[in-house]
Amino acid sequence: MIEFLRKLFGQSGSSATAKERLRFVLMTDHLELAPELIEAMKRDLVDVISRHVEVDRDKIEVNFERQDSALAMLANIPILSINRPNGSPTLVPAESVRPPIAANGAPPPRVRKRRKRSTKKAAGTGSAPAPASAAAN
Amino acid sequence: MQQTQTVQEEVQLSAPAPRLGRAIVLTSGKGGVGKTTTTANLGTALANRGARVVLVDADVGLRNLDIVLGLESRVKHHLLDVLEERASLDEALVPGKHSEHLFLLAAAQSREKDDVETSKMKALILSLRERFDYVLIDCPAGIELGFRNAVAGAEEAIVICTPEVAAVRDVDRVVGLLGNRFRPQLVINRLRPNLVKKGKMLSVEDVNAILRLPLLGVIADEPEIIVTTNRGEPLALRKDTPTGAAYHAIAARVAGEDVPAPMPAAAKVTILERVGSLFGGRRA
Repeated sequence: MIEFLRKLFGQSGSSATAKERLRFVLMTDHLELAPELIEAMKRDLVDVISRHVEVDRDKIEVNFERQDSALAMLANIPILSINRPNGSPTLVPAESVRPPIAANGAPPPRVRKRRKRSTKKAAGTGSAPAPASAAAN
Repeated sequence: MQQTQTVQEEVQLSAPAPRLGRAIVLTSGKGGVGKTTTTANLGTALANRGARVVLVDADVGLRNLDIVLGLESRVKHHLLDVLEERASLDEALVPGKHSEHLFLLAAAQSREKDDVETSKMKALILSLRERFDYVLIDCPAGIELGFRNAVAGAEEAIVICTPEVAAVRDVDRVVGLLGNRFRPQLVINRLRPNLVKKGKMLSVEDVNAILRLPLLGVIADEPEIIVTTNRGEPLALRKDTPTGAAYHAIAARVAGEDVPAPMPAAAKVTILERVGSLFGGRRA
């Protein structure tokens, strides 16, 4: 009954929808207009991850998409090798969720890693690097 | 060195004033938000205050400002005639109908925006600044060459925005393009206070929470504006109307007076609306 009367008197509050849409469109506009910002983020991301694993710097993809009420940054960072080039094992955190690494630098069980802020289906794009060549370094 | 400069300044002050007027571009990115109407009304209100004002229609190919001012039958020469030296500035300036302080420089109707040379436009605005207190430039929609030409000679900007997602987005883009040099100020146009109250339209606060610009004032969406535009008599001529008064307040603020930004109020609620608000009026 109340809902019906609400509809009758048109209290729908579409300005809230407008505000929300505006917020998103401006966030994506600003990102689009600041490619240097995305490049800087990519660089920093790679720097951090490279402390632990060797990644393919040339094949990194960063995308943004709307996920419910947040803007998610989706980074696709191909991992070439779990061992760092200088082979220091101390930088791999003990509580790592990854499977233990073979001491001889065997091919990693997963060559692709998808990082994202929220839990949603990961629609993979691009081709994965060949594990054999990656391990050969 | 310092002293010589001061002496020179004094000499200049005693000579006939070579003081430059203010060149302000009115822009929005999006079309149809009321740039031309605002230019006509702000110019009318400034001239009414005694300032010498010229309105430049920079929308080459889509001349409109003459219509809003009711001067369409008096335009003999236009912006490109002056830029291409087919007419002098004096020949091209059309005196306003209602004020001896207001002049119009019309856009060329049969030409294109790309026909305007940016450097010449800049020089023209400068020569207008030598003769007028205010040079208001009505910018075309878009962000291409027409926009760049309109902005070229300006020193300040007024951005016009309606409470709509697309308009706010475009103003955001334009402000980004303008940068800090123009110190853009905001006019929110076509606000419907009753819709805002019902939560059906972005409010002034919603808009400016995003744009974060100094607010010159807010103009309501009034049928009067359509009527006065039909007649070619800007509403600013009628100071007794709320919207006319709002344009005058904006003009005063542009002139640097410390008056409050005009803000249209919602109409009184009817009994029926009051009953309706019992069932959901709390949504802002």
